Amino acid sequence: MQHWGCTEASGKQGEIGMTRWWRQIAAGCLIAAASILWMGAGAAQTLRIGLAEDPDALDPTVARTFVGRIVFASLCDKLFDIGPELEIVPQLATGWEWTDGNKGLIIKVRPGVKFQDGEPLNAAAVKFSLERHLTMPGSNRKAEISAVTKVEVIDDHTVKLALSAPFAPLLAQLTDRAGMVLSPKAAQAAGENFGSHPVCAGPFKFVERVAQDRIVLERFADYWDKDKIKLDRIVFLTIPDSTVRLANLRSGGLDMIERTAATDLGTVRQDPRLKLASITGLGYNGITVNVANGERAKTSLGQDARVRQALELSIDRAALNQVVFNGEYQPGNQWVAPSNPYYIKEFPVPGRDVGKAKTLLAAAGVAKPVIELMAVNNPEALQTAQVVQAMASESGFDIRIKATEFASSLQLASKGDFEAYSIGWSGRTDPDGNIYNFVACKAPPGLNPGRYCNQDVDRELDAARSVATPDERLAAYRNVAEHTLSDLPIIYLYHQKWLWAFSNKLTGFSPLPDGLIRPQGLQLQ
Amino acid sequence: MTTFLLRRLALILPTLFFVSLLVFGLQQLLPGDAAVALAGEDRDPTVIAFLRQKYHLEEPLPVRYLLWARGVLSGDLGESIRIKRPVRDLVLEKLPVTAELAALAIVIALSIGLPMGILAAVMNNSALDYAATMTALWGRSIPNFWLGILLILLFSVHWGLLPASGFVSPAESLSRNLATLIMPAFVLGNGIAAVLMRHTRSAMLEVLSADYVRTARAKGLSEMRVVLHHALRNALLPVITLGALEFGELLSGAVLTEQIFTIPGFGKLIVDAVFNRDYAVVQGVVLCTALAFILLNLFADVGYALVNPRLRR
Repeated sequence: MQHWGCTEASGKQGEIGMTRWWRQIAAGCLIAAASILWMGAGAAQTLRIGLAEDPDALDPTVARTFVGRIVFASLCDKLFDIGPELEIVPQLATGWEWTDGNKGLIIKVRPGVKFQDGEPLNAAAVKFSLERHLTMPGSNRKAEISAVTKVEVIDDHTVKLALSAPFAPLLAQLTDRAGMVLSPKAAQAAGENFGSHPVCAGPFKFVERVAQDRIVLERFADYWDKDKIKLDRIVFLTIPDSTVRLANLRSGGLDMIERTAATDLGTVRQDPRLKLASITGLGYNGITVNVANGERAKTSLGQDARVRQALELSIDRAALNQVVFNGEYQPGNQWVAPSNPYYIKEFPVPGRDVGKAKTLLAAAGVAKPVIELMAVNNPEALQTAQVVQAMASESGFDIRIKATEFASSLQLASKGDFEAYSIGWSGRTDPDGNIYNFVACKAPPGLNPGRYCNQDVDRELDAARSVATPDERLAAYRNVAEHTLSDLPIIYLYHQKWLWAFSNKLTGFSPLPDGLIRPQGLQLQ
Repeated sequence: MTTFLLRRLALILPTLFFVSLLVFGLQQLLPGDAAVALAGEDRDPTVIAFLRQKYHLEEPLPVRYLLWARGVLSGDLGESIRIKRPVRDLVLEKLPVTAELAALAIVIALSIGLPMGILAAVMNNSALDYAATMTALWGRSIPNFWLGILLILLFSVHWGLLPASGFVSPAESLSRNLATLIMPAFVLGNGIAAVLMRHTRSAMLEVLSADYVRTARAKGLSEMRVVLHHALRNALLPVITLGALEFGELLSGAVLTEQIFTIPGFGKLIVDAVFNRDYAVVQGVVLCTALAFILLNLFADVGYALVNPRLRR
């Protein structure tokens, strides 16, 4: 086809008789030929994944981005991983045991595991990694495992973690970056620059990174679970625009994309060369209300729970999901999604009730509350705010949307310069990670900008941390829900779904609620 | 000529100093806290405090400027807070990418804009003139992001001829390098070609009605020689300036086009840096592009002198 196109065009140029145009046509042919070569070069067992953002430093101790975690899933194994039901499953560990009244955790380390630099992975390496996470200046892991006061090597394949207090979410923390074990030799040699050439014990080793363009990984031949690895290379390409990401997938330039736009799902479903996978994520989106942070908390919405309840009753979450997200997300009213094992079924998603909302407003003595709703200036957040604005107006609310750039919105929120803030949270495996720091009195101020504080809630949150069995924890969270779903410092709205689109040549992909792409089992036909 | 060059060169340092002050000052107007933006979703207070201390974010503005300027004078442009790499390395990594894209875009713009401008002037008020003017209007009006996505859909998704986005270094493969750059370069060159065409046309029309051109025709010179040798040479003066300015602008990063085609150049670098409040990267990139802009203007002046000998005096 390409050859015929060139011949026809050349004929036309002959009639005009200008040599410059001949050259342009020849250049066109050359470029087309080059493109064919280019298309062919991406084949074999190289999986090309399109990421929505450029990851930050590839150092598990300081890393903070979600896309970074996608890369780590191929690069760095963890002590534990999660299963489909969010259950904890061993990875670099082989087992665990709580001791000393839940103030000690004994972890058995998997024998025969090697780092990508050939060094053995043992209890000393686990101790080194955990202590690095705890002590390195600027560590983003320190807060996650701050309950750990001491890491002790029992024998070559056993470590014991001593805790300052019982902390049930610790295991879940070790299913993420805090549980990644780094090669002590490589980490000591690289120091702060470890992220430029990370060495872990995952199935793929680091090859190169071109900032804002690509990260290339190559199969690690001595991986401990190598039978599950079918790919030779993985190339992560950063393509922020969702339309362009999808265009790359459709043109064969990529094999898989993450965070497909909800509005693009129709295109994916109609294309027989593509497949779609989705799962409800761990996070949530909602409206955080300023109830006690400075002067701007002194509004009817901030001071009277009945006004917040009226606002919640004004919102039809299912309609919101239909209008803004084509019905692809999951409406929700708690810090975990209704499909999560820790969702309190006793408090289901309330329906819209404008009459009751008006009654509550009348009881609170405010017929027409005026509220400024700060929303991040991206299309989804603004559309959500607009739908809330329209629905709430029927109950008498006058919502004024303040579109704000993300970093600026964080600063305004931390200063208490807001009344209501439409913001989300990416979510954590353990429910503690979705609730504690957002409502506890003693939580760091960054995640509780409304400064909600209720001693009863704190007591129940601490109880949920100190007991180990799921049933005991669920009972404590039920009591938390009873308070927070009535006080409503956060009006939860919906839970995002992770949406992956990929070539029908790719098999073996199993989505998990954390949204990561695990290479185990993936294969290109 | 030498005095002129020396005078222009002497102006470079004060200009760069002024630019650096301006960028440093303007960045402070950006709302948001760099440490909070970079501390991640958890916004751990100890991490925020660490970032503030490590990157001198709590020092007074003059102190921060002096610390940065001292580094620049010793060849250290600072470190990217976000990806923990020296800004100098990032600039050296991105500059060739953006420069290649800019050069290719200018080549495309010149090869479309100049011939169209000359033909439109020579065949003034003809159908070709109107067609060229309409094409120029189209080229300038069409938004880059729209044209970019349209080209991707046509050449990548439907026909599968070119990669939809990405960049391959020419050292790795020249053919794949051209395949990745041709669409973004066309998108950029298309808009510039329109401006070049309009400038070339009006400059040529002015020159073609000058006395010396009439004299040249009266001497019996061929129309081709009159147009290309006598008229075009003078008409090119404003076009050279325009070309240099457009090239300089492209070097500062074609933000939208680089985003759409995922070209890892200055445009992507600076957008990410601004959104993440990565001050050192913004300052480093702006300083380098300012230097490139100044040098290109200098080259344009030298080009002026070469094309028009009267300016050499």
